[in-house]
Amino acid sequence: MSIFNYTPENISKWTRAGMRKSFGLQLSELAGVHENLIALTADVASSSSLNVFAEKFPERFFNLGVSEQNMIGVASGLAKENNNVFVCTFAPFVSMRAYEAIKILVCYMNLNVKIIALSSGFSLGVQGNTHYCFEDISLMRTLPNMKIFSPADVLEEAAILEHTANLNTPAFVRLTGLDGTPGIFKSDPDFIEGELKIIREPENNKDVAIISTGSVINECVRAARALKRENISCAVFNASTLKPFDDKKLKEISREYKIILTVEEHFLSGGLGGIVSEILAGDNEKQNARLIRLGIDDKFPLAGNYANMLEKSGLNANGIINAIKNACSKN
Amino acid sequence: MNENEILRLKELAKKIRLDVLEMTFKAGADGGHLGGAFSCAEILAILYGKILNVNSKNPFDENRDRFILSKGHVALAHYSILAQSGFLTQDDLNSFEQNNSDFPTHEVINIEKGIETSSGSLGYGLSIGVGVALNAKLKNKSYRTYVLLGDGECNEGSVWEAVQSAVKFKLDNLTAVIDFNEQSLDGKNIMPIQNLSGVLENFGFEVHECNGHDFNELENALTQNEFNDRPKIIIAHTLKAKGIKSIEGSEGWHHARLNQNDYENFRKELENA
Repeated sequence: MSIFNYTPENISKWTRAGMRKSFGLQLSELAGVHENLIALTADVASSSSLNVFAEKFPERFFNLGVSEQNMIGVASGLAKENNNVFVCTFAPFVSMRAYEAIKILVCYMNLNVKIIALSSGFSLGVQGNTHYCFEDISLMRTLPNMKIFSPADVLEEAAILEHTANLNTPAFVRLTGLDGTPGIFKSDPDFIEGELKIIREPENNKDVAIISTGSVINECVRAARALKRENISCAVFNASTLKPFDDKKLKEISREYKIILTVEEHFLSGGLGGIVSEILAGDNEKQNARLIRLGIDDKFPLAGNYANMLEKSGLNANGIINAIKNACSKN
Repeated sequence: MNENEILRLKELAKKIRLDVLEMTFKAGADGGHLGGAFSCAEILAILYGKILNVNSKNPFDENRDRFILSKGHVALAHYSILAQSGFLTQDDLNSFEQNNSDFPTHEVINIEKGIETSSGSLGYGLSIGVGVALNAKLKNKSYRTYVLLGDGECNEGSVWEAVQSAVKFKLDNLTAVIDFNEQSLDGKNIMPIQNLSGVLENFGFEVHECNGHDFNELENALTQNEFNDRPKIIIAHTLKAKGIKSIEGSEGWHHARLNQNDYENFRKELENA
């Protein structure tokens, strides 16, 4: 039973706020039922709506200023003393500036620290490459004890935050997309950790399985709808748990579908496509599907707004449609 | 402090050095961080012998004082004082740097054995200490948090991030001790910090300086409280490899591999001290 009310009012409020600004609103609700929940930030309380949390629970909120390593260290000390600690700042800063601190003080010590990575992928648009984050999945998945979640929309964000509040382990939650991004879910997403869940059934044949993570999954659904008119039948799967990954389901997909297409706002190395490749490479049984990976090439792209970045990287619906048509013509 | 008490603490420090020497020699080619372990022997002896409220029979006590070793490479000295305090056994000490041991070169969190954190990468202990001290404030616990740093470690930027937050949160329940032996791995003056005590005072710490090998001075520094609402830091002036006259303060002993001859000579000198 969720503590959240997935009412039209809440859904609309969260959707307007987007994942980043829904975080503080949703965490404030969770703090009402989790008495040992503490929130830390590195000078982004207003960007994450944690200022709402700070008003409601001033004694359980600490702003560490622009010091990501120290934020992780303080979180580690608090978690060691049986607190349920959530830290947040923008994705590139927490995942890269504080990476070794996360490795040692969170994962090696196996402590109850939840790292909320705001505005990952292209979310920060024109701000450029210092503010993009295409490395976090790759970095975090190499750390033992770390779980990685990446919600598809603000409803699943609530469900994932609630899930992580009940965990007593390290976790990394990757938030993506813009405010106002339309949702995938209409009600409680019934999130289950480690489940690679189908969110769009194929029309008839199992031609293409699109596997994606984060808000870019919207583009995948749009592409799948458009391809129906071309008689290409696409399923869309939501990989909202990246670690532990649903190996079993992925292997089933690889036997049932002709093409697997991974789509992510992340470098091609080490991200969702990397995870899928590694699992399939280690699968000894016969696979049917050809794997195609869409993501960000091994270079720093020129900056632009969110839509422009998706378009340039071939990650918007048109890019996905072209990639699928191209693959089908060769199949 | 009376004579007997000082003698008792001197015995603890002497045993730390003898254990460290033994562990380093037995480690053979793997060696041990002898220099820094010897420089902090008196600091560890007085903390565990007189200051810290910790009890090996009740290691999970929520009200225990917390000791965080930030300069994790001197874990072997910490293992010794933990053994002398009943947390570790002689078997534990004997397993130092053995394959699959719970007691490798750099310590690993093990509350039952009195080890509060995993350390080895420098510059993190004070941040953890801030979190642990904040917890005491949040929950109205009276325990104190102690962090032992090295001076070389203070070159890490993360130390200064932690310094700012300790002051902001008015952590007067936090005491940091810097084992100021004026050397890092590569030797002396690799990246000196000018006027460290003035800098720390300007940041808002209560700062004490003392001879880190003198128990009376250490006790004064550890027990004095001049300010409420300020975290405390003690710059304990020490000598690397203190205890062996021929090598005290000289370079090259950060990490040591001992030959039979050195081992025997050092052992005699420590036993007769």
